Formats: sequence, C-alpha cells, structure tokens
Amino acid sequence: MPDASRIVATDCGSTTTKAILIERVKGSYRLRGRGEAPTTVEGPFDDVTVGVLNAVGELEEVTGEQFLRDGRVGTPRQGDAGADLYLSTSSAGGGLQMLVTGVVKTMTAESAQRAALGAGAIVIDVIEVDDGREDHERVAAIRSIRPDMILMAGGTEGGAVQQLLDITEVLVAADPRPRLTKGFRLPVIYAGNSAAIDGVRQVLGDHFDLIAVDNLRPTLEREHLGPAREEIHRLFLEHVMAQAPGYDKLLTWTSAPVMSTPRAVGEMVQLAAREEGADVLAVDIGGATTDIFSVFGDQFNRTVSANLGMSYSVSNVMAEAGVTNIRRWLPLPIADRELRNRLRNKMIRPTTIPQSREDLLLEQAVAREALRLALAHHGALASGLKGVQQARTMADVFTQTAGGAGLMDLMSLGLIIGSGGILSHAPRRAQAALMMIDAFQPEGITRLAVDSIFMMPQLGVLASVLPEAAMEVFRRDCLIPLGTVIAPVGKAKEGETVMAWQIGEQSGEVKAGQLLLLRLGAEEVEAVFEPRRGHDVGEGRGKRWQGQVSGGAVGVILDGRGRPLELPSDDDLRMAKLDEWVRAIGAMPGGER
Amino acid sequence: MPVAYTPGLRVTADATFRALRRLPMRGEVLVRVGDAVSAETVVARAERPGNLHTVRVAQMIQVEPQELPAHMAVGVGAVVQEADVLARTQGMWGLFKSEAKSPVSGTVEEINAASGHVRIREAPRRIETVAHIAGRVTEVIAGEGAVIEARAALVQGIFGVGGERRGRLKLATSSPTDRLSADTIGDCSGCVLVAGAGASGEAIRRAAAAGATGLVVGAVSDEALREYVGYDIGVAITGQENVPLALILTEGFGELPMAQRTWDLLASLEGQLAAINGATQIRAGVIRPEIIVTHKQTTGAGESEPEQSLVIGVRVRIIREPHFGALGRVVELPPELIEIETESHVRIAVVELDGGERVRAPRANLELIQG
Repeated sequence: MPDASRIVATDCGSTTTKAILIERVKGSYRLRGRGEAPTTVEGPFDDVTVGVLNAVGELEEVTGEQFLRDGRVGTPRQGDAGADLYLSTSSAGGGLQMLVTGVVKTMTAESAQRAALGAGAIVIDVIEVDDGREDHERVAAIRSIRPDMILMAGGTEGGAVQQLLDITEVLVAADPRPRLTKGFRLPVIYAGNSAAIDGVRQVLGDHFDLIAVDNLRPTLEREHLGPAREEIHRLFLEHVMAQAPGYDKLLTWTSAPVMSTPRAVGEMVQLAAREEGADVLAVDIGGATTDIFSVFGDQFNRTVSANLGMSYSVSNVMAEAGVTNIRRWLPLPIADRELRNRLRNKMIRPTTIPQSREDLLLEQAVAREALRLALAHHGALASGLKGVQQARTMADVFTQTAGGAGLMDLMSLGLIIGSGGILSHAPRRAQAALMMIDAFQPEGITRLAVDSIFMMPQLGVLASVLPEAAMEVFRRDCLIPLGTVIAPVGKAKEGETVMAWQIGEQSGEVKAGQLLLLRLGAEEVEAVFEPRRGHDVGEGRGKRWQGQVSGGAVGVILDGRGRPLELPSDDDLRMAKLDEWVRAIGAMPGGER
Repeated sequence: MPVAYTPGLRVTADATFRALRRLPMRGEVLVRVGDAVSAETVVARAERPGNLHTVRVAQMIQVEPQELPAHMAVGVGAVVQEADVLARTQGMWGLFKSEAKSPVSGTVEEINAASGHVRIREAPRRIETVAHIAGRVTEVIAGEGAVIEARAALVQGIFGVGGERRGRLKLATSSPTDRLSADTIGDCSGCVLVAGAGASGEAIRRAAAAGATGLVVGAVSDEALREYVGYDIGVAITGQENVPLALILTEGFGELPMAQRTWDLLASLEGQLAAINGATQIRAGVIRPEIIVTHKQTTGAGESEPEQSLVIGVRVRIIREPHFGALGRVVELPPELIEIETESHVRIAVVELDGGERVRAPRANLELIQG
C-alpha cells in the first residue's frame, strides 16, 4: 500500500466536476472537504482540466490547504502543499451517439438499430445500400454527425459480401473525425456476415478500431443482438465516456489511470453489497447518463443509459418519457408549453441549477422518469437477473408505464443506494427518498440510502489503489441511511386497510393510497407487519412479517399506494394526492419538515 | 477565486476564422494557397460517373441477342436523349414494327450481342464544394479541399437547426425586444433575417416561403421548433434537418430579447453577406451555430479576449427562472453559502437588474455578457 495521508480525488461529470480531500488522521482515513465547479468541455475553455483546477481551487478555499502547484494538482506533496495522491474518474464524454450501417433497410439495418438502441445509444443516422442516397451524400452526412461509434451489420451468414465492402468504402471516404481526443481511433463494431470480415478489415485499414462480434442477423429469420449490444456497451463504458477535451492532459496529472465513473461506482456498489449482505440496487444519475448497478445474489450487473440524464440529456428524457409522464409527478400546475421551454433551456445551458421551488419540483419530476426508464433499460440489458423478461424489446420496455416491476425481483431487494447530483444534493433527504421510491417502486421491505455528497466515484478509483482507505471513508462518510420503505404489494380501493404495523412501541394501520412517515433514527427496532389478504410484504400474500427495521435521515416510510403505483387520472385529484404524499414525508420545499 | 459560471458565447466584431472545406469524395482542388476566394468560389470539384442503365433491347424488339447490332439505330458512344429510339425492327410488309426507346438520357456504352442488352450511362454529375466564406486559402488538402481563412465578425448562437446557408443580413424587426410577426415579412429572398425576441411557427414558415435562407432570433418556443422541424428533438445534435431555412437562436427557448450587443453587431452588418450554419451539438466537444460575416480588410481592432471572471461590476444575464433572461450588473459576491428558495445552500451573486431591482441568483445561473 503506498504511503498516502493526503489524497485529492476528482470526478469529472458531464456537467459538474467534484473534488474531495481525504486525509489520514490518527490512523484513520476520513473525508475532510469537498469543492465543485462546472465541467469545462465547452468554449472558451474546451479543456476538462480547467474545471478540475476550479473544483480543487474551491476545495482549497473550503479546507484552507494548498493543493495546486504550477497550474496543476501538485503531487507528490512538498511540505504542506500538494497531495500524496491525485486520482480522478470521468464521465465528461457524455452520451453515446452512434452511426449504424446495414445492407437492407428492413432487415439488417433495422436489427442493427435495435441493437444500438438496446445498448442505450442514440442512433443519429442509418446508412443502408437501399437508403436512396448517393455515396457522396452519405459521406457528407457521416462527416457532419461525428459519431462516437459505428455499428456495421449486413448480410446473413453466407450472404452479401460486396455490398458490405461498398459501405466500408463509404466509411473510409468519410474519414469521420473523433469529437474529442485527437488520435482516438473511432470504434467500428462489425456484426455482419462473417465471410466479409477480412475484406472489411482490409478496407478499413488502421484508421478505425475494428471489433468483430457475432452476426446480429445470421439468418433472415433469426436476430442475435446480444453480442453486438454488449460490445457497444463495453466500449462506451471503457473508452468513450471518459473522453473529453483535455483528457490527455488530465492523464498526466493523476497518480493512477483515470477510471470511467460507472466502473468506479460499480466497484463501491459491489463492496457495499458484500458489507450489507443484501441484494442491492444503486443508481448514479448524472447530466448526460444514468447508470444502474444491481447485485442480486452473486450476480453483479451494470448498465449505462447513455442518453438519460438531468442536463445534456434532459430533452431526451422528455422525448422518451413524454411530457405527460413528467407532468404527472408535479403537485402544482404547469403548462406543457412552459415545461417544454424550461427543459429545453436546461439542455442548452446544462450547468444551471433550480432557484425556485417550482423549478426544483420540475427537475425532481424529470429525475423520476429518467430513473424509471434507466431501470427498465437495466432490466432489459442486464443478464442473469431473476425474473428478467429476456424477450422484451426496447420498444416494449420504454412504453411500459410502471417502474421496474416485472423486470427483476424487487421483493428480494434489501437496499437501494442513490447517487448523482439530483439525489445527493436534494435540499431535503426526504426528496431523494421519494424520488427513488416513486421511480423504482420497491416492494416489501427495502432500505434506502444516498451517497452523502456524491463521492462514490472518487472512492471507487481510490479502492483500486488503497482499498482499505476507500472502505473506511465509505463506511463513515459516504453512505447516509435514509430509512426503510415498507410497501405492501397488492391492489385495494382508496381508504381500505392494506396493512397493520407495529414498529417499536408504535402501531397503526396503513390505508390504500396513503403514505406515512415514522421518524426513526438509524438504530434497528423490532417491527411486525401484517398485510391484509391479497397483499404481500415479503412472506407471501396475507402473511405476517416480523423482524428488525431501521430508520435514518428520513425514517420509516409506510407506502400504501400499491404496486404498480397508479396516479389519479384527474389532474386536480392527482395534484392533491401528490401534494399530500410529498408533505406526508416532509419533502415539500418550504413545507414542514 | 475559482470561476463558477456558465461561459458566454462568442460575439465579436473581428476574429480570425478558419473554415475547412472538404469534398465528400476525392476530386480536384481548384484553388491554391494564397488565392483570394469569395463565398461562392468553387474550391474543389469531383465528377461522379453517371448511373449505368441496362436496357433489354433485344427483348423489347423481339429479336435474338445476336441480331441486335443489325437493328440498332445508334452506335456505341452515341449520345441519346430520353425517349430516343435505340433500335427498331422493320416488321413484315410494314406491319408489326417495333422500337426500343431509351429510358434515360446518356451515352451508349455497350451493345452486347450475347445478352441482347444495351448499357447507357447517364452524364457524370458534378459535386462541388464552395468556400462558404470569403477569404484567403491557407492550406490545400490534395484531392479533398482547402482551408479558408478570413477576418470576420462572428456570432455564436446557443441552438440551431439546418445546415449551411448564405444570404444578406436583413433586420426583420425594429428592435431586439420585438417579436417577428408573420404578416410583416416582406420580400426577403436570399436573405438571412435577424429578429428580436421571438418568432411563431407561422412566421418561420412565412419567412421560408418568402425565400429567406436563414433566421437569427433571440428565442422561439419549443412548440414552434417542433412545428418547424416536424418532430421532437431529443439529443441536441442538429444540422441534418430537411428544413428550408436555417434557424439560429441566440438566447434560448421561450420569448427572450436578443442580447443588445448581438443585435447591435448584426445591425451594423446589415446588407452584408453572412455565412451561417445552424448545426449544433451540445455535448463534450460542443458545436454551436454560427453567423460569420467576413471583412474585406481587418478592422485592426483584433479579437478581444472574452471576459472570464465573475467579478463585481461585470454585466450578466440570469439564465434560469425566476428571473430568466433578465440583464444586470453584479454588485455583490458573498463568499459564504446562502440558502435559496429551493432550500439549497449555494454561492450566489447579487445582481442589480437594468430596472434597478436587486435580486439574488446562484452563480451557476449567470452568463457573462461581454462588452
């Protein structure tokens, strides 16, 4: 283990760059301070390290220490200046936009498009032999869109070869420039007729990074999207997402390789699952992407929804979820036109923050939809999940209105962890709790926690160098227990009793359509839950549950709203209900705590 | 003190601008380093061979393939027009004549006596890349294109749709606070219109129908944008839309007056040729839409360094509700975190709005206004 008593770590998100200071005091590692600044991937800076310097500069102000030296984070430490270690993660590269090529529009090109969409990408153009365009028009189109990655499909096994080579020549002629790091070779995932791979490789030469996977349409009747989808996802996670203007410079500053943010968070989620001994679902919702992590049994899964997020991707959440689905979470009226304009303005000025109560509620409504869609994506993409409906297409997944119910066994879930600005920095912890409950709709008994100050990425990269230090800070300073949600699964008429409960000395009943909060600290207390016939809290329908539950920054939330959660269709009733629920758990900005 | 604000977009009367102009296929570069070019100068050209059409002539006139040459009305190399006779039979006693006509205009490339087919190649098509901006060639990329450099006024918009267009700048409203009304749009053929605070979907359509090549405006509503492009834009990657005029927003969505400085600069350039591009990519490696007006001569002013520090006295625009779009001057920068209406604790600035009112705004919600 390197001797490091002062560690500076940054996470360069697509919107915000966060810096933390970890110090060893009397043999223990603790968080000492945090600073943040907007990420600087736009002009006039066009250099992610400017945001790093600003965030670390703020850390200097907050802690009164000096870390910057010669225009960079100074390592190794000299006297009181600089740090022993400087580490960073990055997701500054933002979303994933792909170009897809195929031979026949209605066949391979459509399959390829489905594979890309399934991996969470936005398909910005589809080039097909029969797309009605001439080669020079295709070249001009490819040049203008600057794709992050290309998926080439076409030809069943034993089928077309020449047409694939023709399309390859178009790619070479277009010579698309990477949008970020110079010298980065654009990845081409080849998932077409295997007989053409040698020819394709020869034509592409060394201008592209060619990766061959199984043919995604081996026969006319069979679609085999898995390998292409997984490769797209892997490449994005490992190579595209962390890239940003100035990334090369950042690499020369850090004491260990820059890690992609989802990889780093994934490390911490796995550690958390081991510590807690429970099935865990974690989310990191950022400006451009939303990452979901799950540990069910021994199975760890990580998915990056590359175009669901709270700033750069906010308009895409609006396009995918629909305005009605966003508006349904608002306890106050707002015209669709106004809602749309506000979200568009957030997209074009991604680093702004809500100042008014109404704006905060709107962002939290968007977050519920982004989380819901990301969980559906996770359920569709992750492998080995209990209850996953493998045959679902993305279209099915995105049109469902309920949360992730049905995609995985939410009843067995022990803990949900929320990270990312909208959750970690929610002005009230109860707001973070309610966003996660509404979006994920956990079933039975589930604990909730948030990453206190959005530091799981930095701890993840620290774990690769000093695992004990990372775990010490994780245990003491990172996870904030919010409490436990008890959600009986079943349907009942408004006002009917769905469950009797006893927690410590207190007892009562939960009615259908009711949300109750019991203030309880993080200590564990004895609890008994008796669901009414037809309702289940984990032991089976109508069966009693007895055990220990704990509270936290929020408390124990008794959720009688049923699963799947259905909102009143009448606007006034819906808003009244939402207002009641938000106030019931003290989540209304300006309202009672 | 660390910088913590949204960087502003470039609005400058004089900057050095470089444009990379490339053919979409290999061809011939027609300019040399040092050449002066106008916006319309063709810098590179390629000829795309015409499409080859196979005509089953023997079958059409009902002769054996080997008999085809004897019946041909035209030979290899002949230039034919659509519907010209390619071959005919005499029939018997003047009856049962048959003819095969060319389905396309082109050149007869082959008469095949084995298959009975005639191949006609359409005329080659010319693909050209123009300079887009007037300036001087500073680099030639063999077989592909050139780099054009010019001193130019440059205005970056915040969002746009539609690709490259050119036209003479024409003010379409009388001030930066006016909305563009459909019924005031007159003759604007070949113009890039400049409007103030907004434009309805109908006004955009009317401008396009009147021949405008572009519209630069403070803001439009999301509704007007959807109506204009015909769908909901999810991720902000634009430029490929099939729209008649390029639309560039300088401020955002809703109804927002164009910044005075932007308006003044564009007004001072009225009547001059502008090269515009609505293409936008809001992600790392951002691309913003541009309006470029090249100078015949440098103004000598040089490009001023954009103001990059949020300090007391700088002019700012608030870019988030509840004061979205308001302009003012920073009068206080409290160092401590302050609770705002959302109950978040953030660093704020106190801004004196142009009307005299003093308001607080998170520093992250301020945009510096240069000049």
